[in-house]
Amino acid sequence: MQSHWEHFDHGADIGVRGFGATEAAAFEQAALALTAVVTDPDTVRAMDRVDFDCEAPDAELLLVHWLNAVISQMALHHMLFARFQVQIHGHRLKGQALGETLSPTRHGPAVEVKGATVTALRVARLAGGWVAQTVVDV
Amino acid sequence: MDLRTLHRLAPCTWEMPPRDGMNVPAVVYASEALVREMDEKVREQAENVARLPGIVSASYAMPDAHWGYGFPIGGVAAFDAEAGGVVSAGGVGFDISCGVRCLHTGLKRADILAVQQPLADTLFKHIPAGVGSTGAIHLNSEQMHDMLTGGARWAVAHGWGTAADLERTEEHGQMPHAKPGCVSALAKARQREEMGTLGSGNHYLEVQEVTEIFDTAAAGAFGLAAGDVMVMIHCGSRGLGHQIGSEFLLRMAAEAPVHGLHLPDRELACAPIHSQLGQEYLGAMRAAINCALANRQILTHLVRMVFSTRFPAARLPLLYDVSHNTCKVEHHRVEGRLVELHVHRKGATRAFGPGHPELPPALRPAGQPVLVGGSMGTGSYVLAGNASSEALAFSSACHGAGRAMSRHQAQKTWQGRSVLDDLARRGILVRSPSLRGLAEEAPGAYKDVAAVVDATQAAGLARKVARLEPLICIKG
Repeated sequence: MQSHWEHFDHGADIGVRGFGATEAAAFEQAALALTAVVTDPDTVRAMDRVDFDCEAPDAELLLVHWLNAVISQMALHHMLFARFQVQIHGHRLKGQALGETLSPTRHGPAVEVKGATVTALRVARLAGGWVAQTVVDV
Repeated sequence: MDLRTLHRLAPCTWEMPPRDGMNVPAVVYASEALVREMDEKVREQAENVARLPGIVSASYAMPDAHWGYGFPIGGVAAFDAEAGGVVSAGGVGFDISCGVRCLHTGLKRADILAVQQPLADTLFKHIPAGVGSTGAIHLNSEQMHDMLTGGARWAVAHGWGTAADLERTEEHGQMPHAKPGCVSALAKARQREEMGTLGSGNHYLEVQEVTEIFDTAAAGAFGLAAGDVMVMIHCGSRGLGHQIGSEFLLRMAAEAPVHGLHLPDRELACAPIHSQLGQEYLGAMRAAINCALANRQILTHLVRMVFSTRFPAARLPLLYDVSHNTCKVEHHRVEGRLVELHVHRKGATRAFGPGHPELPPALRPAGQPVLVGGSMGTGSYVLAGNASSEALAFSSACHGAGRAMSRHQAQKTWQGRSVLDDLARRGILVRSPSLRGLAEEAPGAYKDVAAVVDATQAAGLARKVARLEPLICIKG
């Protein structure tokens, strides 16, 4: 399965969905969909690195932990991320995000993401790959 | 929503009787047209809330209800701790104590029109708005602790407001029993530079004109007259509240089985009020309420500073400040008995009726001001709480227009530039750091706020006092 992401509708908020050949690739794509809630990911340069280490009781809550960790780092360091690399062992995730400091003029950020919810939360194996999705509150 | 699943008790009152494990009925307050427009998920979520332990009377949905996470947005539910009741992070939401405050300016439309353009530009320059914006106030650990316990009272003590502001704020500007120790280091770090910032999304600061008065007596008590110019601020607890919401939602989802909670849906994540997790959440959530109150108080100070450069005599006294994402301990009469309840309002406004002792003396005869924000192209309303609202929904009313269209769809439907130009042609000057954000917040993406407040009044939750229309909008 080719890695890709998409958004899906959820009333006032927005759903992020990543597809990939592996669970880790789907998590990476879901995070890219998160960036796309804020701005066009193609406008973000992969310059600075932030490391992540998350653990959860199961795969679905791990996705929420992962997206929340990305959201927190975006807010804390005023950053946007263009690229993600994730390794998952059991229900533990180690990863990196590459991005740059947010520029209001160049990125024209539409909205900040408040947090990842457990609404429409799904991490599952599909024919030929994985899907990882949830709704984020904006 | 399929009307066949509802029993119509009154023109704007619909009931879903208990079924499949519901402890109480679910009740929707809305006109037939609004109910038809509501997503089926509102019914599903209102019913799921009715299945939570310790819920009292009913699970309620306000006229602006829409699909939320766990609880519907526009949802109200009260829990009795002594009956195994729960507290839910999703039932409060991520933007804890998001709310609205409304300031008098003492000015008229003509005063604003004379300086509309430069006033819009100066407000935009001095009110930090949009993604990644930071304020001028940076807090160290001690100051953070004081802010999280002191709320607007802390801000006023630092000179960012007056004692009169506190009287016109819910909880008199300071939420008691806040526990900054239950707030994570990350949540505090996210807030360090965000005091006095508006945020983004549906948050805004508007200069508005009172265009219509519906209830002369209440308008008199509130100091509102046609032609008056007001300032309305809509924002919340910023990064701190978002982080607390995210962390506790996950903890509650993970720990629910430990507390013997068998939830119909994981998104209903909650904890017994009497559990350690429940108490930690309440302590952290109350700290976030104080953060939101302090934040709106600092923004008020910034607005006053800007107005003082153009209108040196303007004082901008506060009409009222309401929070619409909270869980508060309140005493309500249930079946003739006064009961202490944890009342969750997720996208719903407290609406105490006339005579309520919590209200300042000047407002007490009319009832609590209920501030209802609309979209930037339509209008906003000031309502007044009714005595009947307590029996209807623990003294609650609507909070806004509610979205009619997803952000995704709105982005495909409108261009930010044309939204800006259309509103300018109608005399509404909008300033925003993001054109895409404007497209997502286009007036057409929202429901008709007039229909929402009409239904709120018809249901008896609150009564219309005044309608306000924007002249300037600073959009985050």
